Amino acid sequence: MDLEIVLSIIIGMVFINNFVLSKFLGLCPFLGVSRQIKPAASMGLAVIFVMTLSGFITWFVYRFILVPLNLVYLRTIVFILVIASFVQLVEMIILKKSPPLYRALGIYLPLITTNCAVLGVTVLNINTFFVNGKPLPDSFALSLLQSFFAGIGFTLALLLMSGIRERLDLVDVPKALSGIPIAFIIASLMSLAFMGFNGFHF
Amino acid sequence: MRNLRALAVKEFGKGIFRENPVFVIVLGLCPALAVSVSLENALGMGLAASFVLVSSNCLISGIRNIVPNRIRIPCFIVVIASFVTIVELLMAAFAPRLAEQLGIFVPLIVVNCIIMGRAEGFASKNRILPSILDGLGMGLGFTLALSTVAIIRELLGSGKILGFTIFEVYPPATIMILAPGALLTLGMLIGLINLITGKNKR
Repeated sequence: MDLEIVLSIIIGMVFINNFVLSKFLGLCPFLGVSRQIKPAASMGLAVIFVMTLSGFITWFVYRFILVPLNLVYLRTIVFILVIASFVQLVEMIILKKSPPLYRALGIYLPLITTNCAVLGVTVLNINTFFVNGKPLPDSFALSLLQSFFAGIGFTLALLLMSGIRERLDLVDVPKALSGIPIAFIIASLMSLAFMGFNGFHF
Repeated sequence: MRNLRALAVKEFGKGIFRENPVFVIVLGLCPALAVSVSLENALGMGLAASFVLVSSNCLISGIRNIVPNRIRIPCFIVVIASFVTIVELLMAAFAPRLAEQLGIFVPLIVVNCIIMGRAEGFASKNRILPSILDGLGMGLGFTLALSTVAIIRELLGSGKILGFTIFEVYPPATIMILAPGALLTLGMLIGLINLITGKNKR
C-alpha cells in the first residue's frame, strides 16, 4: 500500500474534505449535540465506532453478496438496513456489558442510524474503491481507513464547535440570531478556516 | 365538505411556511446545503425528495395498522429506502446529468430527517389523504427552502440563475458557491425569519 495514498486519505478526510464542514454530511447531530463538550465527545466516539464498523461490514456485504448476485442496485436499501440493525446490536451489547458506557452513549446511538455521515461514508467507499463491481487493490484496507478518518474528522468538527458554543453562551448575540442561526454562521467561519487546507498536495 | 377543504388547506399549507421543514423545524439540512449550489440542482433534489415524501407517507399511512409498533422504524426505513432506490434508478435513466451532479446525495435521501420525521410524526398516526397532503406540503416547503438558498448562492456566487447570466458588473463572490457560503446563507435566512416572525427559540 502506498504511503502517499494513505496520507492523502487521512489528511483529506480529516481536514480538506471534512465531512461536516465541506461535504455537509451529518449536520443534524453537528448542530443538535454541540451545545456542550462532554456529550459532543461521547457522540463523536460513538460515530467513529459505528462508522468504522459499518464501513467494514458494508464492504463485505457489497463484495461478497451484492456483486456476485448482481444486486448492486439494492445498495441503498441493504446498506441502511445493515447500519440500522448493526446500531441496534451495538446498543444491546453495550447495555448488557457496560451500563456506564450505555449511559454515556446510549441516547446517541439511535440518532446515528439517521446520521447521513454514516451512510455517506459507506456509499463513498463503494464509489471510490470499486470500479464496475470490481474492488481496486487494497480496497478493503483503504475503505476501513477512509471510514475511520471520516469519523475522526466529524468528531474534530463537533468538538471544535461545542467548545465555541460553550463560550458563546456568555456572549450577547442579537436576539434573532441566537441559537441555530449563530451556530450556522460560526460553522461557516470554521468551514472557511478549513478551506485553508485545500492547498495540501502529496 | 367545507371541513374537508379546511383540513386540506391546513395539512397542505403548514409545510410551506409555518412549519417549513428547513427554516422552522431545521430538518433535512445536509441536502439543503450541499445541493443548493445552483437552482437547477435544488429543484431536482426538491422534486426527488418530494416524490419520496409523498409516496412513503401514502404507503406508511396505509400500513400503519398492520405494522407492529415495536418494529415500525425498520419498516419505515425499508419503505423509504425502496422509494429512494426507485428515484435513484429513474434519475440515472432519465436525467443522468442531474444524477451525476447530485451524486452521493441521491441515495442519502434515505436518511433525510424530514422524510423519517413525517413518517413517524404524521403518516403513522393519520389517514391516507391527510398524509398525502402533508407530504405534498412538506415537499413543496422543502423545495421552496432549497430554491431560496440556491437562488441567493447562485446569484451572488456566479451572477447567474438557472445558467442565465443576470449581471456581470463586478466579479462574483465565489465563496458563496463554496461550503462557507451555504452555511452563511442558511444562518442568515433563519435569522431573518426569526426577525420577521418575532420568534426566538431560546
